[in-house]
Parts: sequence; C-alpha cells; structure tokens
Amino acid sequence: MSLPALADRAIVLGVQARDWREAVRLAGDALVDSGCTTTEYTEAMIRMVDDHGPYIVIAPGLALAHARPGADVRRDGLSVITLAAPVEFGHAHNDPVSVVIGLASAAADAHLGAVAQLANAFNDPAAIPALAKATTREEARRILDGGSTVAAGA
Amino acid sequence: MKIVTICGAGIGTSGILKVNAERALQRLGLSASVVAADIASVQRVAADAQVILTSEEFVEAIGATRADVIVIENYFDGDELAEKLERALG
Repeated sequence: MSLPALADRAIVLGVQARDWREAVRLAGDALVDSGCTTTEYTEAMIRMVDDHGPYIVIAPGLALAHARPGADVRRDGLSVITLAAPVEFGHAHNDPVSVVIGLASAAADAHLGAVAQLANAFNDPAAIPALAKATTREEARRILDGGSTVAAGA
Repeated sequence: MKIVTICGAGIGTSGILKVNAERALQRLGLSASVVAADIASVQRVAADAQVILTSEEFVEAIGATRADVIVIENYFDGDELAEKLERALG
C-alpha cells in the first residue's frame, strides 16, 4: 500500500477537541467520512489507548491513531486532524498533541509502504509544526508529500 | 541479527519504528532483519531477537526476555534511534 491521495474529507484542520479521546474520535470520523472505515474502527482506535496507554504519541506533538486490520477497515487510508488547541494524551515526553494521523489498513503486511511515506514526511523535524499550522488542505497534502520546508516558509 | 519492533496492534507505530530502524542501521553500516509485531505475540516473535524496540508503555508487558529492550521516545528522530542501536549492538 502506498499513500492514496488524501480525500478532502480525510483532512480536517483547526478543529476543537476537549481531550485525547475526542481528538482520536475526530481522526476516526474522518476515516469514516472518506469511506475507509466503519465507526467500529474508531472505537477500536480509542480502545488501543485505553488498553496500552498513550504510546501512539510517537513524536513531539503527533499521535498516530490506529487499530488492528480487520472487517471494520473497508480500504486502506489515512486521515489528518489538526487541533485548534493542543490536548494532553498523558505521554511522558511528546505531549501536548496538535496533529493526529488516523491510519487504517486492511491487512497487516500491506501498510508498510504507507508508513514509509509517513516516515519520509515526518523525519523532517519541521513537518509536524508546519502541519499543525497548515490552513489549507493543499498545504497539508504538500507537507505529507515531504515538502514541509517549503510549506513552513510559505 | 534480529530486531523486533513492538506496538499494540503490530501495525502503524511498530511499522514506523521498523522503517526508521532499518534506516538507522543502514546509516550505522549494520545489517539486521527488523520485524514489526504486536505486544500479544512478542514472546514468540522475539524469542530469537537481540533487540526489542518499543515505547515505555510496553516494557512491563514484554516481560522477561533475553533481548535488549530499548525505549524510543521520538520515532522520527534518526539520531536517537542510531545512538541507541549503536549502544546496544556496538
């Protein structure tokens, strides 16, 4: 799986979330709205954090919300949520979070192309702050395609 | 040499860690097979591993293992990964 072009409905910028649970739910809603998952997948993403803690906060300011592949994934996809005000997930190093990426994969071994592309984009330390500040979907797409330096200076 | 990356689902975060660990190993001139797995299968998948990469949240659940358990804070920080891998493998 490589990253499909992000649908407009998969990108939601500058939204309000009361807490981490709502932030993850927004990322799940965007996956549902763009036709990738059912609402059960959203609940499964929240359950991962309830069960295992805030480990999905994998870098300063960024949470990668996901659950297991399964029947509640209709097709592979991503969503991007940026928060108007960052929320705490309870992570020891990487709080607060202002960008939540939702990841849905229909099969366990099919998602590595997509995560490699995410790694390409976010291995640039400027990418997360640039995405948090993005005001248009085009800007968000450009950052996820690995063009964050351009976006940050724009 | 075998390295296992662990997360709750065996996809997503452990996948990011796998991709970036492979890049760090390449930088260090080391070769190893890197496998992403979920916490439920760690004892089986990591039975013959030298290193387990994961988040602080999973250290207790991994339990007794012969592998070095290394906690990564920023999954996108190639320097952190390279330094910690070099220390464990060097």
